[in-house]
Amino acid sequence: MSWLAICPLEDIPPLGARVVAGPNGDIAVFRTADDRVFALRDQCPHKGGPLSQGIVHGERVTCPLHNWVIDLQSGEATGADSGCTHAFPIRVTDGQVWLDLSGATANSADDPSAVPVACREAG
Amino acid sequence: MDTANDKPRLVLIGNGMAGMRTVEELLKLKPDMYDITVFGAEPWGNYNRIMLSPVLASEKTVDEIMLNDDAWYAERGITLHKGKRIERIDRVNRRVIAEDGTEAPYDRLLLATGSDPVMIPVPGHELEGVVAFRDIHDVDAMLAASRAHRHAVVIGGGLLGLEAANGLMRQGMEVTVVHLMDHLMERQLDAEAAGMLRGSLEQRGMRFRMAHQTETILGEDRVTGVRFTDGSEVDADLVVMAVGIRPNTALAESAGLHCERGVVVNDTMQTYDPSIYAVGECVQHRGATYGLVAPLWEQAKVCANHLAEYGIGRYEGSMTSTKLKVTGIDLFSAGDFTGDETTEDLVFKDAARGVYKRLVLKDNRIQGAVLYGDTLDGSWYFQLMRDATPVADIRENLLFGQAHIGDSGHGDEASRVAAMPDEAEICGCNGVCKGEIVQAISEHKLFTLEDVRAHTKASNSCGSCTGLVESVLATTLGGDYSDAPAKKPVCACTDHSHDEVRAAISRDGLKTMDAVFEALDWKTPNGCHVCRPALNYYLLAAWPKDYQDDAQSRFINERAHGNIQKDGTYSVVPRIWGGVTTPAELRAIAEVAERYQVPTVKFTGGQRIDLLGVKKPDLPAMWRDLGAAGFVSGHAYGKALRTVKTCVGSEWCRFGTQDSTGLGIQLERMTWGSWTPHKFKMAVSGCPRNCAEATIKDLGVVCVDSGYELHVGGNGGVKVRATDFLCKVETETEVLEYAGAFMQFYREDARYLERTAPWIERVGLTRVKERLVDDAENRAALYARFLESQEVAQVDPWAERAAGHAAHEFIPITPVDAAPRQGVSA
Repeated sequence: MSWLAICPLEDIPPLGARVVAGPNGDIAVFRTADDRVFALRDQCPHKGGPLSQGIVHGERVTCPLHNWVIDLQSGEATGADSGCTHAFPIRVTDGQVWLDLSGATANSADDPSAVPVACREAG
Repeated sequence: MDTANDKPRLVLIGNGMAGMRTVEELLKLKPDMYDITVFGAEPWGNYNRIMLSPVLASEKTVDEIMLNDDAWYAERGITLHKGKRIERIDRVNRRVIAEDGTEAPYDRLLLATGSDPVMIPVPGHELEGVVAFRDIHDVDAMLAASRAHRHAVVIGGGLLGLEAANGLMRQGMEVTVVHLMDHLMERQLDAEAAGMLRGSLEQRGMRFRMAHQTETILGEDRVTGVRFTDGSEVDADLVVMAVGIRPNTALAESAGLHCERGVVVNDTMQTYDPSIYAVGECVQHRGATYGLVAPLWEQAKVCANHLAEYGIGRYEGSMTSTKLKVTGIDLFSAGDFTGDETTEDLVFKDAARGVYKRLVLKDNRIQGAVLYGDTLDGSWYFQLMRDATPVADIRENLLFGQAHIGDSGHGDEASRVAAMPDEAEICGCNGVCKGEIVQAISEHKLFTLEDVRAHTKASNSCGSCTGLVESVLATTLGGDYSDAPAKKPVCACTDHSHDEVRAAISRDGLKTMDAVFEALDWKTPNGCHVCRPALNYYLLAAWPKDYQDDAQSRFINERAHGNIQKDGTYSVVPRIWGGVTTPAELRAIAEVAERYQVPTVKFTGGQRIDLLGVKKPDLPAMWRDLGAAGFVSGHAYGKALRTVKTCVGSEWCRFGTQDSTGLGIQLERMTWGSWTPHKFKMAVSGCPRNCAEATIKDLGVVCVDSGYELHVGGNGGVKVRATDFLCKVETETEVLEYAGAFMQFYREDARYLERTAPWIERVGLTRVKERLVDDAENRAALYARFLESQEVAQVDPWAERAAGHAAHEFIPITPVDAAPRQGVSA
């Protein structure tokens, strides 16, 4: 694991997202109404739409391009759609958001204590 | 039967469509709430009973109509007892006992015992070869008979009887239909349509004995014939009784539950015993019993809601429509078509084409409809009927169908849906072909438009093919398909409709989204992408000065004040008042386009310039530069006032009668920045040549020598619709007042995402005229409310963001290398 300090929690709007420039493309960092955070590759599994621009509701985000609804925890499409985008380990300590990008370059099994990474992608 | 956990126990008696639909709805709401046990008298899983006719006609197999197999129950932890008939309900000890002694205790009991076919007790009705048409067992018996025998008699010329007769004929039998009345399907058809139906069936070889009453079924062991009261006889090796169904109340009655014709339930589907609910054909609700599938769906939804202890749904009865499931015969009937001195008839008949349509109107609304031969508009008439839409304004074209009410887009295609090949494209947005939709419907057992949208994406984008998809659904599912429930909730987060939510916001003074969620028992903690933008709009429209606009509840375009493109870049459209610009402004736009390396510069249809492919972080700086040249946001991205298109008018044009350009600019200055239920476009033409195309705008002004004609409700997009003429006024001041008042009425009355065209079709032009033209006081009040809301709306969002507002929206985070907290570097 290699945790990167990203930003204070308050820099992400509740029910909103910010974009973090990752080594292999943008990562969307989400904040729910109850202040939990999630990180997904900023690409909808459908047509690559930027999930960071979607509407966040519950533990889900709706892609702005074609309304696929993606689970923030697993990165998987919900409902009748199927597809998955990479989820990154992320955590908040003392109001600071930390992101682990090691999975962005390598497909490591990751720290089991971190947010589970449910799906992988090549590269 | 002890349960391993403390969950309350739900027992369902009746493994049919209504009961299992209730269970499925319940699982969607609270998957783990109950320990569920299901008893079914039939020895198989849950199947689609409405598809028995196609099975009989060999158009489908039994496997194809199975809804849930054993694995489905097992996966959900549901205990299924197949082939076990419940003999007794012990209400004191809350348990049910099956014939074979199996017992199950319950905390909540759901009765869905369905109905039994009525067997006329004439002599001989118990002979071998006399069957009903009710379940798979009956269908098997009929199929077996068709292989060994030749003559079939179907007693009953109603929906079910004719479907049975058709199926048997398809199996090669000679079929005679016996009917007590002198015309077929008398509960659904008038004499005219019934006559055409009979003619068509006779052409196919079906025989009829109308106004005949059965006296005796003849035969020793097996049936050999039928004798009628007039003494005549007909040969028969098979007799199918299809004279009606009767709610199966025997079990409920023996348990002491109050029953009349059916098991009596209240609006929450509860019987007289509060722990026992009932749904489906066995119930009687507000005096009515139902034998069609659509009402069962509505009942199931309400019942599940109460079993899940949400306690908010109410079943208020159903208006039903009927279609006949006989291939090649199109027949639709809904409502009350008997007619009397208070009703009017609209009739269309083209005997050569085999088309007959009759609408019965009462108080300017459709009360009943009978369609034969061309049923394409059945669901539209049904919708008008259920919405009680006034039809005076569309009356002259009503019989010709929805395609003739201003729609020149898709009407013609839809009539060919049934004949379309599988590879025909239905949804042009998402490239979905008919075959894919049909396959998804059978494979995933889909019943509703929403299901089809979720699985295939057909009609999930622009929605213009919704009618086509509904037709495919109807032809694939067969006759009992009914499109949407009478009351359509905003989304899955609530059971309330748009109108109910809106009414509650004003009535109860709800001024925040959380207040709405709480007051209206929202099922999700913070809504979804469907309801939140709608609520945000309703709150904003209701309390323009009190409500704090919620950026996170706006679609990205309205949050970022640009249109998101397929690659995640944005487009920038500065406002160009009335489409009039200057060399200096053009130069400024050109410089901005070069400075920010805009890949594409394009003229829009609304007389403006679109800068496409802008990277999001560049937006605020671009807006700052455009602002410096005097530009404000064009709101090309919003459910808001878009453009006011103009022609050059009297200033230059040799035909111009008024200053259309100047008036257009005044209108745009007055209305820019206002949020509306959907986008709102205007145009002003300087003469009746109408070069600004004002008659396909939400509000169009056509200048004439003596003043200004105002036109409303036009649309040039998904579904072309020419405007309706609202009124004529004499001065520019009046144009502004009417325009502001019209926009405000639209803002207050239409549902979110409803353009003016469908809104006016729904509420009727008469209503708009009453409020706007006939009632000067109301018009002035609407106009005043519009101007009041504009006081706070006319703030340029681009200037605000160029000055640093909502910077987090535009600036990405750059992570810091494994360093401890350093905050954001932006």
